[in-house]
Parts: sequence; C-alpha cells; structure tokens
Amino acid sequence: MTSFMQPNLLPALPEMVMLAMACLVLVVDLFLPQQKRGFTVLLSVLTLALVSWATLFTAPAAGAVITTFGGSFIVDSLAVTLKLAVYLVTFLVFVYSRDYLKDLDIYKGEYYVLGLFAVLGMMIMISAHSFLLLYLGLELLSLSLYAMIAFNRDSVSSSEAAMKYFVLGALASGLLLYGISIFYGISGTLDLTALSLVIKEQASTNPVMLAFALTFIVVGLSFKLGAVPFHMWLPDVYQGSPTSVTLFIGSAPKIAGFAMAIRLLIDGLAGLQIDWSMMLMMLAVASMALGNVVAIVQTNFKRMLAYSTISHVGFIMLGLLAATQTGLSSAMFYTLTYAITSSVAFGVLMLINCKGFNAQEIADLKGLNDTHPWYAALLAIALFSMAGVPPTVGFYAKLVVINAVIQVDMVWLGLVAVLLSVIGLYYYLRVVKVMYFDKPEDGQAITVKDALDVKILLSANSLSLILLGLFPSFLMAWCIAAFA
Amino acid sequence: MGIALNHYLVLAAILFSISIAGIIINRKNLIVILMSIELMLLAVNLNFIAFSHFLDDLAGQVFVFFILTVAAAEAAIGLAILVVLFRNKQTINVADINEMKG
Repeated sequence: MTSFMQPNLLPALPEMVMLAMACLVLVVDLFLPQQKRGFTVLLSVLTLALVSWATLFTAPAAGAVITTFGGSFIVDSLAVTLKLAVYLVTFLVFVYSRDYLKDLDIYKGEYYVLGLFAVLGMMIMISAHSFLLLYLGLELLSLSLYAMIAFNRDSVSSSEAAMKYFVLGALASGLLLYGISIFYGISGTLDLTALSLVIKEQASTNPVMLAFALTFIVVGLSFKLGAVPFHMWLPDVYQGSPTSVTLFIGSAPKIAGFAMAIRLLIDGLAGLQIDWSMMLMMLAVASMALGNVVAIVQTNFKRMLAYSTISHVGFIMLGLLAATQTGLSSAMFYTLTYAITSSVAFGVLMLINCKGFNAQEIADLKGLNDTHPWYAALLAIALFSMAGVPPTVGFYAKLVVINAVIQVDMVWLGLVAVLLSVIGLYYYLRVVKVMYFDKPEDGQAITVKDALDVKILLSANSLSLILLGLFPSFLMAWCIAAFA
Repeated sequence: MGIALNHYLVLAAILFSISIAGIIINRKNLIVILMSIELMLLAVNLNFIAFSHFLDDLAGQVFVFFILTVAAAEAAIGLAILVVLFRNKQTINVADINEMKG
C-alpha cells in the first residue's frame, strides 16, 4: 500500500482559477439586475485575462514538459499554445455575442457562465494525458454546449438542434468510451504514455483487438470533429442554434477537438499509426468531397458554413494523417486559423438584421455593400480566407497541409484536396457576389447593430487574416515548436 | 467453472449493440432514445468492471464511478432539453423532429 502523496497542484493553476471564477460569475450574476448585465460580460472577459496570465505563469520553459497527478495531466508547449488560442477565440465570441443576445432577448448570464465552463472543459481536454481526464473534459465541454444551444427556450429550431446534438453527442461519447474500455482491457492502464508502450509491445501479437478498439476511438473522435460520415448533427446544430452559440461551437471546440486527436492518436496510439492514417484518409476525402459539394445547394448561410466546416475538418485530417512534424504543425496552424476565420464570418452575420430579424439566409445579405461596405468587406475577407484565396491566411493554411501529405508520398491526396477546394470556391464566391452585385429586394432594409468596440475588434480580427496570410511565419513557428 | 472474462465481454457487447440499435432504429419516442443512451453507458461500465476485476487493477472501477456521475448529469440535461422541446412542439415523436433538413 503506497501512502498518499500530495500531487503538484501548480501546473493545474489555470484550471483552478477558471473553475473558481466561473462559479463566482454564476453567483454574482444572480444578484445583478438586467440593466447591469454588462458587468457579467466584463467579469467573464476578466476571467479569461486572469486565466491567460495563469497559463503563461505556469508555462514550462521551451521544450520542457510538466506532468502531474500521476502523469494524467500534462503541460507542454502544445497545451499552452492551444489554451491561449481558446481564450482568445472565446474572448472574441463573448464580445461579438453581446448585442445579438440583447436583440433576441436572451441577454442572460447563463450564456457566459456556460461558456466559461465549456472553456474549462476544453482546457482539461487540452491538458489531459489519461483516458479518464480526456473523457471528463470532453463531457464538461459537451454538456455545457447542449445547454447553450437550448437556452433560447422559445425557439423550436433551437430546442430541436439541442436534442439532435445531445443524442448524437452522447452516442459519440459512448462509442469513444467503448473503445477506451477495450484499450483498458488490453493494457491495464488509463495513462496514455503507458498505453503507448503496451501497444508497441503488442502491435504484432494482438493486431485484431487493437484495431477493433482503435476503430471505436476513431469513430468517436470523428463524430466530435464532424467528419463524414459522422457529420449528420453538424448542419442542423449550426442552423438551429442561436448564431452566438453557432459562433462558439464553430470556433473554440474545434481547437479542443484537435488537441483530443493529438493526445489520443499521437501520444497514445502512435504505434497504430498505419491503421489510423488509413481510416483518417478515407474520412478526410469523404469530408472534403461531401462538405464542398453539398454546400453548393444551401440557401441558409449558417447551414452553408456548417458544410464548409465539414470540408475544413477534412483538411485538418490531411495534416493529422501525415503524422510527421510538418503534418501535425500544419494541421495545428489550419485549426487555429480556421477558428479565427469562422469567428469573423459568424461575428458579421450576428450583427446584420434584415427586415428587423437576424439575417440567416444568403439572400438576406443582398446589397450589403451598398448600405454597409465596411462589414461587407470584413465578411468578404473571411470568405476568401475560407476558400483559400491568397493573400489571406486560408491559402497558406491549405498550402502547408497539402505540402505535408505530398511529403509523405501521397501526391494523389494532395491533388484531390486541391480539386475539391476549387469546387469550394464557387459557393464562397456566390455569397460575395450576393453582397456586392445583387440589389436588395423591395422593403428589404438591412440594418447593422453598430457598436464601436465590436466594430474595432471585428475589423482587427478580419484584417489579421490578411496579416497572417502575408506573414504566417511567427504563428507557424509556434506550431512547429509545439511538436518539436 | 466460474464465469470467465469473455462472458462479461459478450454480454456487454450485446447490450451495447442493443443500445445502438435503439438509437438508430427507433422512430417513435425520444424517451426510448434517452434510455438507450443510458444502456450504452452501462454496457461500457460492465466492460470496465469486468476488466478491472480480471486485471486486478482498481483504475477501471474508478472510471466507472466517473461514468455513472457523468451519466446522471447527462440524463438531467437530456430530460431538460426534452421538456423544452415538448413545450415548443407538443410532441416527442422522433419522426416529427424535422424542422431542419438538407
């Protein structure tokens, strides 16, 4: 019997600060009258700043790795970079959402509290180094998101989207757990490092069981990421949720999902790389193909962006399946820049009202350039970046990912990716055409919820896409350092 | 002769398959889907406990406690969403949840 040892709590300081502050925000918000709700937003943003400080404070020296709680919690440069990215994106989401929530009469503290708890879940996922912690982080994130989607209580489509997400999310967790239980049975451990050692030993003696468990893990993972054929929930959830929640789901959790993929596939299951590369390859091709083709026929802007997300997930998987340092760092670059790009697209969409209602359809954007040229330009930059048009960052992100698969001698895969992204160009440019060249229909008055701070942030956010496209090296250097 | 490990595993696999079928095939009632989700987590729990017992390792049983807790939270949120949905649509028939398509 070993005696109890106090674990080193310091590496988990950011998580503890986040938990304490989220509870504080929850309580403080209860005592605020509706007209003082801005204080909750301020406190939430302050929380993110505080947690960023804690993350930087506990960050290990370059190249060093800190583990604690018996090896199940890890802080490395990958974790620090991804966490900081999550805070940044969440900060943008919180600020952009304010006026939209007011407009829908759901300007409540719950949105921010649930958002903070979701961020806590993502932080745990990013730092998890055992199956148990990974699962708990994932569930904390998912449960917060289910509630966030449903919290516009009187909307039929919101509650429907929440139910669909709930059922399929729970199914994905179940599949993931089943895979975990088999791996536990094979290895007798929940720790990812110990697991990777066992897999190295047994890869040749026990291939069937390992492949069986791996299949469940990959299926669960691709459910969460939204890869074809496990993407059914994604369009409905994007369309049905309040746009502020769509913005949140479409940005920060993608970063956490990427972290989960890295922790599981690279840290834990690197010994099975041949098997999962094959699976990811099929998923990636299917995602890019279906996402780009089905997006063409969509009329709802949010639904179109959902299919575009599916195709982007395919691109991220291209980098993952290459599994080289170049591949992983380019997949990370792609994920980070995609999160920033989609926050611009949904951020602009949230501000636009058409006939007094929030814009949802592509047709609602008709003639946006005539009335609000600046917002039209910001949205156009984001769309160009998603399509991968230089000099925006989307071009560079696609370039490095395709470069990574060509380096591992999968030239055909690179060609498929290029071809499909050319198809994708069509539907992005269609929206640009609607904004710039179509005339608004009679009585279709477009108004914009104009707030100075949002305008400044949104502009900086959108212009950063060009800036990053012109000078990608410093972000890329971080991504490469994360996998050194 | 006692009950061997593979008896537990086969039972868990059967329960797991039933729950997946319950989620996918069921076109009638949302509550049945929620029950299937619970069954799925219980099947996984059975796996963990069986492995934990036969490997003589406690970590699996600890994991089960966490899964049970999460399942309770999940059921709470699932039922809450169900109530919201029923208020808005006056039905919990799976086939009627078709507001969004494409």
